[in-house]
Amino acid sequence: MRNTTNAEKLSKARIDTAQRSAKETASNGVVIDCNIDELYYSTFKAVRDTSIPVKKNRITAFIGPSGCGKSTVLRCLNRMNDLVRGFRFKGHVHFRGKDIYHPSVDATAVRRFIGMVFQQPNPFAMSIYNNVAFGLRLNSYKGPVAEKVEDALKRSALWDEVKDKLQKSGLSLSGGQQQRLCIARAIATEPEVLLMDEPCSALDPIATRRIEELMVELKTRYTIAIVTHNLQQAQRVADNTGFLYVDTSDGGRCGYLVEFGESGQIFNDPREQYTKDYIRGEFS
Amino acid sequence: MSDINQISRPPTHSQQVVDTAFRWLCCGFACLSVLMVALIMLEIAKDAVPAIRQYGPGFLAGTTWDPNTGQFGILPEIWGTLYTSFLALLIGTSFGVAAAIFLSEGFLAQAVFQILKAFGLQFHPVLGKLPDRAEVLLKNLIELLAAIPSVVYGLWGLFVIIPLIRPACNWLNLKLGWIPLFGTTLTGPGVLPAVIVLAIMILPTITAISRNALVSVPPKLRMAAYGMGATRWETILAVILPTAARGIAGAVILAFGRALGETMALAMLVGNANRISVSLFSPANTLAALLANNFPEAAKKDVGVLMYAALVLLAITLFVNIIGSIILQKASAGQEGGK
Ligand SMILES: Nc1ncnc2c1ncn2[C@@H]1O[C@H](COP(=O)(O)OP(=O)(O)OP(=O)(O)O)[C@@H](O)[C@H]1O
Ligand SMILES: [Mg+2]
Repeated sequence: MRNTTNAEKLSKARIDTAQRSAKETASNGVVIDCNIDELYYSTFKAVRDTSIPVKKNRITAFIGPSGCGKSTVLRCLNRMNDLVRGFRFKGHVHFRGKDIYHPSVDATAVRRFIGMVFQQPNPFAMSIYNNVAFGLRLNSYKGPVAEKVEDALKRSALWDEVKDKLQKSGLSLSGGQQQRLCIARAIATEPEVLLMDEPCSALDPIATRRIEELMVELKTRYTIAIVTHNLQQAQRVADNTGFLYVDTSDGGRCGYLVEFGESGQIFNDPREQYTKDYIRGEFS
Repeated sequence: MSDINQISRPPTHSQQVVDTAFRWLCCGFACLSVLMVALIMLEIAKDAVPAIRQYGPGFLAGTTWDPNTGQFGILPEIWGTLYTSFLALLIGTSFGVAAAIFLSEGFLAQAVFQILKAFGLQFHPVLGKLPDRAEVLLKNLIELLAAIPSVVYGLWGLFVIIPLIRPACNWLNLKLGWIPLFGTTLTGPGVLPAVIVLAIMILPTITAISRNALVSVPPKLRMAAYGMGATRWETILAVILPTAARGIAGAVILAFGRALGETMALAMLVGNANRISVSLFSPANTLAALLANNFPEAAKKDVGVLMYAALVLLAITLFVNIIGSIILQKASAGQEGGK
């Protein structure tokens, strides 16, 4: 099922990660420590009691049924939810030991260190080059922009397809290429963490596979958190997996974390009954 | 086929007839409107032919307008039309686009939300809807500006704007008179009051169309920019405005057309003086005002001259529209596939 190059890359990345994490035992290698007690959109309680540690140079996956709050939790990690009017949040999210929801912290600054790739490819209506250079200009990057752009496009496995048409509009690319362009745009500024919300849901299996390979490559330099509906995908790429489920007991539809652990354990030996049912596909 | 499936069936004969009839009806109305424009142009051109024969292209370069001696030239009016429209467009666009940004990017909604929150009412079943409504409410208010009759604008300009700005204008002339823009004093009607009123008159057009263009920028682009860590201003300037540029440019062209043809308010405010001057305070004249002022008393033989002037105005408007659409096409060439 799994092609060899992918498997090789996977195992190599795992070894890299193992060596790296050995050095970081001090802080347990946790880059983002997320503790959500209660999260509201206006008066609607969307998520409760969810705490997920996102470890450095690992891929952390969020799985769960639709509407359980995976995207919401992910968007909490770089304060994208602040853009929703009426959003309220109890708990804390520590990034490198600092609470990003502290009043003194600027939400836009947080997003420069924690990048995001969205479900729908969303390149800007500008040239491919300018799309990737956008973040560099935003951060008033003084170094060689063209080099960085090329580097980002290479790392997102798009360079060969676009190197002759960098001045063409980013919208002229196919869906899968657009998504890789968005990944290039997000990694060009070398953020510490990359959040990906169902990055492959609009893509065909081949493009999906390429992006999965890409993630495994990228995790040697970045930390990745991904939301996915595709359990095989989580199994293939994720080191850690969190399973969220909806609690309808008090009349609402409140998402919460059921189980979090190493992907191997979650998929092969889940502790909770809900997780077992979900993974076996036994949900009504 | 109906025996296969009970619910789906092909359109009935009468449905098809209605469909065809509807298509022809629309086609007919569309053709009628085009025909009307063509007829008007033809009529004007026909009436203008004698004057065109008599005065030729020299009419466009002449600077006197004297029915008594039969000397006619409209260069000052052409200059006045373009000058006032251009200045009004400059002011109207700045204010209009700013208003459109304010009314589309959630500034107002957020402010209202904060105010409600201060009173703990942000989730109130009725008041809680206010933030979303506020923008539309204010937009409608601005669009109401378009419903004010032109003559009311003229009166308002005469009795409010001119007295209001006169001291400042004359002070500018006194202190900075060496700048050609402030070269004369403002004694009454003149370019500046006309421009101010014209700018207000085209404001609703620019605001409404620009706002529509801004609102229809896909939210996912906004999210992408915010997700990169762009501030709100960076997002607006670097992503949203360029994406909506086409629509905003369309608004500006439409407003320019309106400014070129505006008659009543300008006839009251521009001073109706046959003069070419860059001074903002000098009286001037525009083609539309010239027509309005001269038609009522025009002798039979002078009507042709006025028709000639009307034709020139039409040509200018057409020319501006064509140039505008060419610029539009050029500007959006880099975003193919954007729609
Ligand atoms: N901007 C918002 N305003 C109000 N409610 C929201 C908003 N975004 C999400 N919700 C609500 O929060 C809950 C969780 O939504 P979320 O998008 O996080 O689900 P999800 O797990 O990502 O689902 P999916 O897998 O379908 O993407 C849903 O009930 C949804 O209706
Ligand atoms: Mg989602």
